Amino acid sequence: MKYKSQKVAYWFFALSMLLLTLQITYGFIMGFARIGFDNLHEFIPFNTARAVHTNLLVVWLLSGFMGAAYYIIPEEAQRELVNVKLAYVQLISLALVGVVAIIGFHFNIWEGRKFLEIPRPLDYLVVVNVLLFLGLILTTLFKGKRQTTTALVLSMGLLFAALLYLPGMLPFDSQVMDSFFRWWVVHLWVEGVWELIMGGILSFLLIKLTGVDREVIEKWLYVIVGLTFLSGVLGTGHHYYYIGVNKIWIIVGGIFSALEPLAFLAMALFAVNMYRKGEKKHPNKLALYWTLGAAIVSFVGAGLLGFAHTLPQTNLYTHGTLVTAMHGHLAFWGAYGMIVIAIISYSLPNMTGRKLYESSIGRAAFWCANIGMIGMTVAFGVAGVAQVYLERKFKMDFMAVQNEISIHFVVLVLCASLFTLGVVFYIIDFYKHGLPTDEALEEGNL
Amino acid sequence: MLSKKQARAFFLGGTLVTFLVFIGLTIYSFSKGQDQSNYGEITEQVVRGKNIWETNNCMGCHTILGEGAYYAPELTKVIDRRGEGYIKAVLMSPVPWGPNGRKMVAYGMSDQEAEDVIAFFDWIDDIDLNGFDTVVSPLAKDKVNN
Repeated sequence: MKYKSQKVAYWFFALSMLLLTLQITYGFIMGFARIGFDNLHEFIPFNTARAVHTNLLVVWLLSGFMGAAYYIIPEEAQRELVNVKLAYVQLISLALVGVVAIIGFHFNIWEGRKFLEIPRPLDYLVVVNVLLFLGLILTTLFKGKRQTTTALVLSMGLLFAALLYLPGMLPFDSQVMDSFFRWWVVHLWVEGVWELIMGGILSFLLIKLTGVDREVIEKWLYVIVGLTFLSGVLGTGHHYYYIGVNKIWIIVGGIFSALEPLAFLAMALFAVNMYRKGEKKHPNKLALYWTLGAAIVSFVGAGLLGFAHTLPQTNLYTHGTLVTAMHGHLAFWGAYGMIVIAIISYSLPNMTGRKLYESSIGRAAFWCANIGMIGMTVAFGVAGVAQVYLERKFKMDFMAVQNEISIHFVVLVLCASLFTLGVVFYIIDFYKHGLPTDEALEEGNL
Repeated sequence: MLSKKQARAFFLGGTLVTFLVFIGLTIYSFSKGQDQSNYGEITEQVVRGKNIWETNNCMGCHTILGEGAYYAPELTKVIDRRGEGYIKAVLMSPVPWGPNGRKMVAYGMSDQEAEDVIAFFDWIDDIDLNGFDTVVSPLAKDKVNN
């Protein structure tokens, strides 16, 4: 660690890990409900568990992105964060808004719009919180000694992510328009600006871990985020095929969605090539595992599975089925979950001074979590494809089909248990690193 | 070989062009002649129904227009499939509805609230979904085949 203020990142990462644990807990509640063990229905019905599960996903990833920014921006800008106390205020207010929203979901206080369930008054607090975060990050960046491409792309991603939250707050009488503009937030986040954030973090990690020249890495970063927006913005159309808007989206969305895997393929090739090209062998192998893993798994989950699901001819049948859950799980995990864990794995030893680079528990965490998640994806996929054929081709009743495919949710829960074991190992490893300390400052910065 | 400056121009130029096209297509989609949703037929009752749909997070279990949680049935064309009487009974039930073993929250809605939700479903049923309606509803499929 080069600057004392980078330590604030640790607490955002700790919050991330806590929320991930909670997210998994609610995932199990849903998994068991699908098998038939819905014993918590009175207190936590499925729609509550679902809202908590998806919103915690968003908040733990955002907390991870924020932690990443608090770690990366001072180092890239070569100066301390402008105000550390305000960063802690931002952390605590983020946690409070998240907790209040989740408690509210248990009392039927929500907006009932997928991924954007947080009620309107809390939306305003989210906006204030994010403005505070952006103020701290951007001021640090522009007061710094340099503004690198890596820092600019990361900051641009965070800024656009904040701006894109606003269309989700517009009220509409029409369900079609509501849905249309909800995707401005959700799609343009996950298949647009969040990829800038991922690209920025990936670029920082590759510079640090491989030793390849910054100019080379940042040039390819531009190409990758260029491909992302070129395909991803008009690729939003794949959400519009069958929700009641013009057929033009079937053509435009179909073409540009088919191009979306290119950005993820470029990201995977970029990461692997930089690793091969690099002469510096950084001792933090775990960070390297998670970094390369994020680039490769995101290509499979977001790129390939997304491509398969969003072809208009396929999507006519898979739209609104468990096939979406298959794609969603591996895409979120690969593209965003793993990159957050990668930056945590890289920065944790630097912030705490404990260089636990090669622990067996760390390796076990990587393999258990990834094999578990791939198993979950397969289980969702088999259940989803079976659902498509039975319900949409053979016109069987919804619940009759659900009973037929419930066995796949037993497999899902088993694979989720392996995934959870991996996360538990990771959290143990996180805990073993201890707390961040000024003693971990690199020589020359003391 | 591509320079960093050219790569940046590709990123900024590509983003700007695709975003402008995206905005243009959005405006086109909601222009008067292109409406497929019968926007003019949205009544106050439909809006009340939509509000009930949202405030109870029905999308947290069901799907509508193919969007939701895949835990409970798709409700596009539900009036065709089940009829208004059945839907009203489900919405007004004081105990969790679950004839097939999967429980629904007991909302115990009033007659008026149930009517509002049905008006919302009725409006949804008339939307042109580019063929998706023929896939999610056996009745609609039969209509097409005949």
